[in-house]
Amino acid sequence: MILRTNLISMKKIFLRSVCCGVMFVVGSFVVHWPHVLSAANSENEIVVYSARMEQLIKPVFDAYTKKTGVQIRFTTDKEGPLLQRLLSEGANTPADLFITVDAGMLWKAAKEGVLKKVHSPTLTANIPAHLRDPNNQWFGFSIRARTIVYNTKKVRPSDLSTYEALGEPKWKKRLCLRTSKKVYNQSLTAMMIANLGMEQTEKVISSWIKNLATDVFSDDTQVMEAIAGGICDVGIVNSYYYGRLIEKKPNSPLALFWPNQTDRGVHVNITGAGLTKHAKHEKAAILFMEWLSSKEAQNLFADLNLEYPANPTVAPDPKVAQWGTFKQDMINMENAGRLQVDAVKLMDRAGYK
Amino acid sequence: MRRLIPLVTDAPLYLVVSITAAPLLVILFSWWTPVDDIFIHLFKTGLSEVMINTMWLLLGVGIGTTVLGVSLAWFTTTFDFPGRSFFDWALVLPLAIPTYVLAFVSLSLFDRTGPIQQFLWEQGSGVILPPIRSTGGIIWVMTLALYPYVYLFARNGFQTQGVRANEVARSLGKHPMVTLFKITLPMSRPMIISGLMLVLMETLSDFGAVSIFNYDTFTTTIYKAWFSLFSLNAAAKFSSFLVLLVFCLVFLEEAARRRRRYTPADKPPAPVVRTALTGIPRIGVAIYCIIILLFAFIIPVVELFNKASMGFDSFRGGRSAFDLRYLGLLNRSILLATMAALLTTGLGLLLVYSERISAQLAADAPLKTSLLVRFATLGYALPGTILAVGGIMLVTFIDHRLTNGLGITGSLMTGTISAMMLGYLSRFIVLSYNSINVAMVRITPHISEAARSLGATPLRIMRKIQIPLVRGGIFSGALLVFVDVMKEMPITLMTRPFGWDTLAVQIFQFTSEGSWEQAALPSLTLVFLGLIPVILLTRPTRFRH
Amino acid sequence: MALIQLANVTKRYPHANMAAVTDVSFSVERGKVLALLGPSGSGKTTLLRLIAGFESPDSGTVLLGGLNMNVPGKVVPTENRKVGMVFQDGGLFPHLTVHQNIAFGLHSLGKLERDKKVSEMLHLVSLSRFGTTYPHELSGGQQQRVALARALAPNPIVLLLDEPFSSLDPDMRTRMREEVHTILRGVGITAILVTHDHEEAFAMADQVAVLNSGRLEQLDTPEMVYHLPQTPFVADFVGSADFIKGEIKSDGAIHTEIGCFQNQQNRDQGADIVVMVRPDDVHLVPDLDGSATIISKQFRGSENLYEISLASGQIVHSSENSLAVYTVGTKVRIELTATHTVVFREDTLTNVLA
Repeated sequence: MILRTNLISMKKIFLRSVCCGVMFVVGSFVVHWPHVLSAANSENEIVVYSARMEQLIKPVFDAYTKKTGVQIRFTTDKEGPLLQRLLSEGANTPADLFITVDAGMLWKAAKEGVLKKVHSPTLTANIPAHLRDPNNQWFGFSIRARTIVYNTKKVRPSDLSTYEALGEPKWKKRLCLRTSKKVYNQSLTAMMIANLGMEQTEKVISSWIKNLATDVFSDDTQVMEAIAGGICDVGIVNSYYYGRLIEKKPNSPLALFWPNQTDRGVHVNITGAGLTKHAKHEKAAILFMEWLSSKEAQNLFADLNLEYPANPTVAPDPKVAQWGTFKQDMINMENAGRLQVDAVKLMDRAGYK
Repeated sequence: MRRLIPLVTDAPLYLVVSITAAPLLVILFSWWTPVDDIFIHLFKTGLSEVMINTMWLLLGVGIGTTVLGVSLAWFTTTFDFPGRSFFDWALVLPLAIPTYVLAFVSLSLFDRTGPIQQFLWEQGSGVILPPIRSTGGIIWVMTLALYPYVYLFARNGFQTQGVRANEVARSLGKHPMVTLFKITLPMSRPMIISGLMLVLMETLSDFGAVSIFNYDTFTTTIYKAWFSLFSLNAAAKFSSFLVLLVFCLVFLEEAARRRRRYTPADKPPAPVVRTALTGIPRIGVAIYCIIILLFAFIIPVVELFNKASMGFDSFRGGRSAFDLRYLGLLNRSILLATMAALLTTGLGLLLVYSERISAQLAADAPLKTSLLVRFATLGYALPGTILAVGGIMLVTFIDHRLTNGLGITGSLMTGTISAMMLGYLSRFIVLSYNSINVAMVRITPHISEAARSLGATPLRIMRKIQIPLVRGGIFSGALLVFVDVMKEMPITLMTRPFGWDTLAVQIFQFTSEGSWEQAALPSLTLVFLGLIPVILLTRPTRFRH
Repeated sequence: MALIQLANVTKRYPHANMAAVTDVSFSVERGKVLALLGPSGSGKTTLLRLIAGFESPDSGTVLLGGLNMNVPGKVVPTENRKVGMVFQDGGLFPHLTVHQNIAFGLHSLGKLERDKKVSEMLHLVSLSRFGTTYPHELSGGQQQRVALARALAPNPIVLLLDEPFSSLDPDMRTRMREEVHTILRGVGITAILVTHDHEEAFAMADQVAVLNSGRLEQLDTPEMVYHLPQTPFVADFVGSADFIKGEIKSDGAIHTEIGCFQNQQNRDQGADIVVMVRPDDVHLVPDLDGSATIISKQFRGSENLYEISLASGQIVHSSENSLAVYTVGTKVRIELTATHTVVFREDTLTNVLA
């Protein structure tokens, strides 16, 4: 009997909570729906599609909002899906800015016609020519160097020279790489194609694959942990991943090496942004980009992720500076985009997973 | 008039069928358009590897889940050993963990760079575990995540039909081991095959776990074609290969289903006398069960708690995993899941009612009705990746037609949640249909007739009899859809418009960067939600039929 | 005037090969119980559903209390016919308690009155203690009693019982039959009972209508149906019977292998006829000179049933007092105790014996 009464009152509670749930949903739906249907809303905001991870970009947005009162709404994803979304949304897109962690994707976006040319003396003055689009459709705001990392207990810096040399037989079963699905490796390969040509690049990539100590990893941190853990001895990573790991585990037997200093220089990529063609808040977005290139923002933007500022007048974070200076590859970033599909196909052929 | 009636009553059936079948048709129609060089590249470099990978995966997971599921079900139904009644239900718990969550937790724990292998390395013990990022590793993880399907079906089979025959065989002097292979297994085979088919469909559909393991299958290649090589068309064409495979499985499942109908599975389970184990087998079986449970549920959940607590203060920039953004994602996930649940429940009800009416009217054509219903609920077998590709293509196509027809620029449905809802509906309508239908079957015609003879109007019958009786089924169906949409990854990931990120999407993004700690909190949330259907599955039924 | 009257009712279901009910007419007087008896597919349940209003006749009329229920364009729906129904499976509402089930048809009454009526009904079916239980917690017999109480509660003008005892265990069935019989008589309600069990029909009904393939074969009192079946089908269906070839001789009597019968129906001389005898009409006397032989014996508690082979090879059955024990193989002669002679033309027999 008691059980029955309980059941009945439970039923009532359940019904009421369902009613509340339905009301909540209808309410939220009413609130959210306009955002979904149209991007036409407050002038005092910017909508950003960002491939830069949330924790690395949100403090920048927050600082800007605090300074100017402009609200920034954003979504994060990998650059491919974001670009795909820009393409399919067309004129309906709510996005004003497209931020990527790779120049290739910005080039691709410009080529697909979803970006818009920006006339801004401030931007052209602050950002060096090889880090922005020749047509000023996109701009790099920080530099990410993809370089060699090695186990200090097993490798002397003198053993190392170039990216290509990692394919030499002496590195057999000693190399660790990240997956070719990551755009960093696609850009590295694309730039290598631009410098060395298709045939030579394919030879290099194949020789790397022969030297792999284990299957490719899903991120750079794992590559370094594998090197520190003795699974392999050398690898290719972005410098800031090294910075993060050393912050967390200062005793790791790891060090960075800057390759190709006698020829083209270290492969660099950018974190950059472009104004979308159908931006609803064009002025606000350009103002924001100009602020990003300023000294104040450059340090925040680059230092958050231990990257190098794109504006050459701004010094990097002291922690970053102690890894030494290097010569960077000055070839224009647009090559990363132009040759990206070729790069993906090349890596597929070479068996780089 | 007579001729018109079936058309009118079948209309809802055709409506649901067209919603479910549309993404599929779009995919097949993609062959009308010319082949692009992206597809040729994928076909040349990828197809054979993807095929081989998929076959290994199906084979490995198929054998693994069958061995685990059947053996565990056999132990818990036939023998008595310490903790048996606990294992009986606890072994279903791994169903609460989404495959991709188990995948990243296992990877983070057992990888070469993970704590366990690092510890072994530092001790210099020389013990090297087999590499987890391998075919064997992904098979191991998916087996642990999916074996409960086989376990549930096999347990049901053993309880309903195996046990009595088992006793007969034992009375004739056969050893339990002999009866297992001679009697119990052959009799329960159709049930076990049904469970196995579910496992294989889940394996084919999986996107999250194989992405985390960087193991190329059809789903990851489809994703790559669309989002790395920007050819939706090549993605659609590649999807059609997967559709072929899925249809093979559906065909096999249909065969198993048909055979199941001829076995007396509907009898209530007979009270069972279990054989008490003694000595080494007694301990051995208990240890076997606890090991499976450890790897499939306990260790992953503990590790998730551990990582989630690290995630609260782990990252530079001072951002913790639990903040307003997380609440926003949770809110968005709940909103989407609720909308999908309401939508599928509405259409599910429509489907059940129209099936009943059309079956009553067209007494000579029950085959047509059941075939329509089967087609309408076929989406459960289609991988989310395919539904996403088909859904987006369909919505874009309709949009073009509409905007051209109405003479307006821009779009009406692209960039809205319509494609996503279409995918959810297609994939999950079977859940609400089944639970409503099970409840509906309880209302025998006599119950309604008795009410009418007592002077109740049709409206009063609906209010007082039908709705109260079906309500439970409606709620549990809606709940199942709700939880499954919360956990759903590929459809959401590939079709969500701006502002509709969910917890599952967040998990995908974090795990693809190797940020395990950040992924732990949303994962824990999903695991707890996932416990709801597990409880529903194992709860005792309230009314006898 | 009859409370229920069916005239020339025919009903054919769509897509069915033959009519479920063909040209059936009968009537039931107030306070009487009619049993519709027949094998499955004989149309008895269809008749019940026609009266209840779940189906409409293709032709013919159904009158309840003198009112035509199926005036074209104005069919009276079930809920307005005031019929009570008890189904084979009870048809209880599984989500309502026994009390709520019984109260379901009493929604027009006030709460107090309703509760009073429900406890009255519970008392009537001896289930007073079970008001708060749910149907699935009751035994099959109890469920059927609840169904009866629920059907009787709104004071229907007629109670329709659709094989109400067939899902019960055999011993339970007999007990329930008696209980329900007592209740029906006590209430004095008009009732129609559908059954395929002739014992049930005989025990409960004032009148029995035997149906075969949708046609009414005979409508009579139970005794008449048993002793004076009008067709071979009825003869065979309502109890065991043997059919013995006979010949009408010039003396006007019917001569058969086991003796002479009066030609009560004045059949023509020389016709090919058979006489129906029931085991209780056949008495056997051991006789060393007898031409018949006992070939088997079945002990049935209160009686022994003997199978006897006559000289011609014809088999007849005899039911004897259980104290009269004879061994198989005993030579016997047959004595007849029949008061009625039931004679059929031989050619009408084929479908019964087949």
